[in-house]
Amino acid sequence: MQSSARSFTENARVAMADPQLKRALSKVKVGFIDKRATAAERLPEFEALRDTARDIKNHTLEHLDLYLERYEETLRAAGGHLHWCATAEDARAAVLEICRRAGAKTVTKGKSMISEEIALNDYLEKNGITPVETDLGEYIIQLRHEPPSHIIAPAVHLTKETIEADFRKIHTQFAEGRSLSEPRDLVDEARQVLRERFLKADVGITGANFLIAETGSSVIVTNEGNGDLTQTLPRIHIVVASLEKVVPTLEDMSAILRVLARSATGQEFSTYTTISTGPRRAEDLDGPDEYHVVLLDNGRSEMLGSEFREVLRCIRCGACMNHCPVYHAIGGHAYGWVYPGPIGSVLTPALIGVEEAGNLPNASTFCGRCESVCPMRIPLPKLMRHWRTREFERHLSPKAVRFGLAFWAFFATRPALYHWVTGLQARIMGALGRRKGRFASLPLAGGWTRHRDFPAPEGRTFQDLWAERQKARGG
Amino acid sequence: MTTASPQDKPRVGLFVTCLVDMMRPSVGFAAVKLLEDAGCRVEVPRAQTCCGQPAYNSGDRPDTQALARQTIAAFEGFDYVVAPSGSCAAMIHEHYPALLAEDPAWAERAKDLAARTHELISFLTDVRGVKAVAARFAGSVTYHDSCSGLRELGVQAQPRALLRSVEGLTLKEMQDSDVCCGFGGTFCVKYPDISNTMVGDKTACIVKTGAGTLLAGDLGCLMNMAGKLQRQGARVEVRHVAEVLAGMIDAPAIGEAAKP
Repeated sequence: MQSSARSFTENARVAMADPQLKRALSKVKVGFIDKRATAAERLPEFEALRDTARDIKNHTLEHLDLYLERYEETLRAAGGHLHWCATAEDARAAVLEICRRAGAKTVTKGKSMISEEIALNDYLEKNGITPVETDLGEYIIQLRHEPPSHIIAPAVHLTKETIEADFRKIHTQFAEGRSLSEPRDLVDEARQVLRERFLKADVGITGANFLIAETGSSVIVTNEGNGDLTQTLPRIHIVVASLEKVVPTLEDMSAILRVLARSATGQEFSTYTTISTGPRRAEDLDGPDEYHVVLLDNGRSEMLGSEFREVLRCIRCGACMNHCPVYHAIGGHAYGWVYPGPIGSVLTPALIGVEEAGNLPNASTFCGRCESVCPMRIPLPKLMRHWRTREFERHLSPKAVRFGLAFWAFFATRPALYHWVTGLQARIMGALGRRKGRFASLPLAGGWTRHRDFPAPEGRTFQDLWAERQKARGG
Repeated sequence: MTTASPQDKPRVGLFVTCLVDMMRPSVGFAAVKLLEDAGCRVEVPRAQTCCGQPAYNSGDRPDTQALARQTIAAFEGFDYVVAPSGSCAAMIHEHYPALLAEDPAWAERAKDLAARTHELISFLTDVRGVKAVAARFAGSVTYHDSCSGLRELGVQAQPRALLRSVEGLTLKEMQDSDVCCGFGGTFCVKYPDISNTMVGDKTACIVKTGAGTLLAGDLGCLMNMAGKLQRQGARVEVRHVAEVLAGMIDAPAIGEAAKP
């Protein structure tokens, strides 16, 4: 996907001027947050489970090479094929080659953020293969040729009225006068369309929430069951996953699953948790003839050795964006690439470069709400600050900011001079603002006063008044 | 406590914060009163300026470290260091040790200062055991939880507990009191439009309570919310929580002119 992260500020402005988006986003603010809070409250050991989940991933990342090698062994033993892919390009090529060898015309797809990351759909289409998204949200945004705006609710930026209009425009095979006003109607119609596609698909592509080193399995969690149809009906199942998805054992997976759905949707468990281990065996009732795992690095092993390692614990639950007031204000598309919200603000600069995505880690108040709900306890504000440090060190931050900081720091590190200057400033601004108590506009503070008044200072600094008080007291 | 001789009283260094120093010294004097009432001897080192957050959050570590060292040196020897701000207290308490961890000359001193540093209201309740204040306030207030104090230092119940002891005061909780007001230091000038949406959501929650006064523990957030409320023409006065707890509400509210 082409990034527009560079125009983040403009993207955000456009997003905030969209009343339809504002309506859609107001649901995120309430629904997800209340449900997560209730689910967390109902499980007394929830906080302890977050620690456990964090520790499991930390341990895995500490020995990632070992667990990946073990995963490869067990996967091959189960009859699966592993394709190591260093870059997005390698991963796309690997998927295409499997599809070509199978003579595939249509592939069905379960929801996969890695597939978005490597822009798989466009690539398949360019090569004459039709990808069909089967997750309802993904299906809707595919119809609209849009990227997802949320990692677990890709169409969360849309209202049901918008979706109804899209369905009427595109699903011309159905009667014009049909009722589509209820979410249920929309689901039924999409299901009817997708059922045929499932049966016709030559290849099914899914992501993976976990890869299990102990058994060579891939695991997906879904609520719609579309993932199961995607991976069992076609002759070939391809899993696209990034390498940090591996965990040592099924037991480890279960521990993390207990925080995943609760953090994401407030469910105790997602409706479907499906474990796939290799192709169909002789005694199996169903399953694919071939089972491939396209394992993507795409810069992750580099992150492993950097100060960004902790972000590799992420299990893509979306809690950080559900709780982010910046995300609530601007939605997911403004972030300009695949991963929005706080996790995107840390991940995107690592994946597409901080030169391109430098705005994202800056557009945070560091309110810390993301970290407070992250089931894997990823210190997202700290990691965003690391990006700011890198930008500053590499002289990528705006000249005005660098100059302003240097100017301010010159005074702030010279207390006597600082107190003299601030004393003067307080007196002048205090005198100018005394009549109204505030300023409606101020030179050099347009960013502030465009939207709000600026309170006038009281007129003297505390330090000066304190010195006078001490003197008066005979100090 | 009040009968203790001066030698028994803990010596508290007030970290004024650059915003209180420059914009609203009333908050500093309210803090001094609350600390003295809680049996502390208060001193204000003149070698302090700013905790360094503007530089820290802009990725400028060298200047942040210089300010951290300056602050550490200024507050050496105090039993406690107290700031009328969750944000600045959290900067010292949570971030100085990490910032200077690899500096052999300063790492231990940073940790030592961090351990002695507190946000004002939680210091009063949690360290000094203050359960009530002797203040009166006729009217209703709503309280905003500033992010750093709330999430980095756990300041939430403490200000509410003390506010409940203020005679005549009614606390009306707003919806989403724990959601960021959109200030975020340099954020509000770097991304003014996003900040504006956030503070607009916040002022809607404030106004909805019908409270006459908005309180919080951080002047940055207060200036942001006051500025928005005033631009919207809302009739809500805005003050630092310490002013009300100290019973020092003679100064005009934030952004208000002195009454003639």
